[in-house]
Amino acid sequence: MTKVSMTVNGKAVSGEVEGRTLLSSFLREGLGLTGTHVGCDTSQCGACVVHVDGKPVKSCTVFAADVAGANVKTIEGMANPDGSLSVIQQAFQDHHGLQCGFCTPGMVMSSAALLAENPKPTEAEVRHYLDGNICRCTGYHNIVKAVMAASGQDVSALAAE
Amino acid sequence: MHNFDFAKPSTIADAAKALAADGAQALSGGQTLIPTMKQRLAQPTVLVSLTGIKEMQGVCMGDGGLHVGAATPHAVVAKEARAHYPALADLAGGIGDPAVRSRGTIGGSIANNDPAACYPSAVLASGATVVTNKRKIAADDYFQGLFTTALEDGEFVTSVIFPIPQKAAYVKFNQPASRFALTGVFVAKFASGVRVAVTGAGNDGVFRWAEAERALSADFSASALSGLSVDPAGMISDLHGSAAYRANLVKVLTGRAVTAAG
Repeated sequence: MTKVSMTVNGKAVSGEVEGRTLLSSFLREGLGLTGTHVGCDTSQCGACVVHVDGKPVKSCTVFAADVAGANVKTIEGMANPDGSLSVIQQAFQDHHGLQCGFCTPGMVMSSAALLAENPKPTEAEVRHYLDGNICRCTGYHNIVKAVMAASGQDVSALAAE
Repeated sequence: MHNFDFAKPSTIADAAKALAADGAQALSGGQTLIPTMKQRLAQPTVLVSLTGIKEMQGVCMGDGGLHVGAATPHAVVAKEARAHYPALADLAGGIGDPAVRSRGTIGGSIANNDPAACYPSAVLASGATVVTNKRKIAADDYFQGLFTTALEDGEFVTSVIFPIPQKAAYVKFNQPASRFALTGVFVAKFASGVRVAVTGAGNDGVFRWAEAERALSADFSASALSGLSVDPAGMISDLHGSAAYRANLVKVLTGRAVTAAG
């Protein structure tokens, strides 16, 4: 066991990990931050996406020890300081960008990474960027609509199919 | 996954020392190695992360062309190589998905030499030089078959030097579930001739299509390929595509790459 320290959602945290401890396990089991979901554990589904030093990563495919010292942001760090939903989260709610909600933490984190890099993406860019996030409920249309709306663009003309 | 000791050296020299241990394995972005370890197909006793080595990071122009540090993630290559080698930036920006591109590295990709990985085609078509902690290896000597390279025990890639072609393009036919190339073709036109490298199709991994290289060196247009065909013998055949299908894709994608290169 080795001790790792990092910053998670703005707070300094540390814990004992094995070499094989995945970042997703450290967040969920070590810190109790269960908002990060593990869907496939094979880096296909994207439910476990968090930000490491501002970049989206699949936390099931990164060792906690390898990101010691990093600045990590999870879905628990996405709400506004007063507890209200962030613009992206609110857009997912307003546009029904989820049904069961299992993939939503990863969807929100990937969408936030996209909008940080590209504040006014086209619909095609949103779809391309979310390539690594799988949703089995929505058929993606409302997720795309939510991301477009969160970027401040008019979504009234976006097709429902 | 079996447990292991984790080391994260900050210099190439310290990494070489750590990798001399019995059962030691280099870890770069881990986007292939970690899933492989979860399946217990790899069980290193010591894992040596190369991602903390500053001298293995970044993209810059230098002697012999574009130098890409082996631990540079795909997303960084996609951004920083664009001004110097757009086809390479395009390839890097199309690997996996954004989260995979944040972590996965060029060194990891070519050290693993997956038969469907994108980067080996760029390295081979560009006639790049693979620099390791011990020596420099020409791309033509580096790739030696399925998951096999010229790397020896304890040796790891530290950078790749890409000569810049006059024209180049990479065209990939996506396998949508894995996001690997069902087949991908990288075409690079140099003053000395054209090089064509194919990934995702050959049973022995990345290969050069010599007939197309000759035809395109004489006439750099998609129509120069019209009389050529690719032998399905030696092509990968699986549930996603038969050998004949892949052989056809090689020709079609080579033509598209030539057209895209302009």
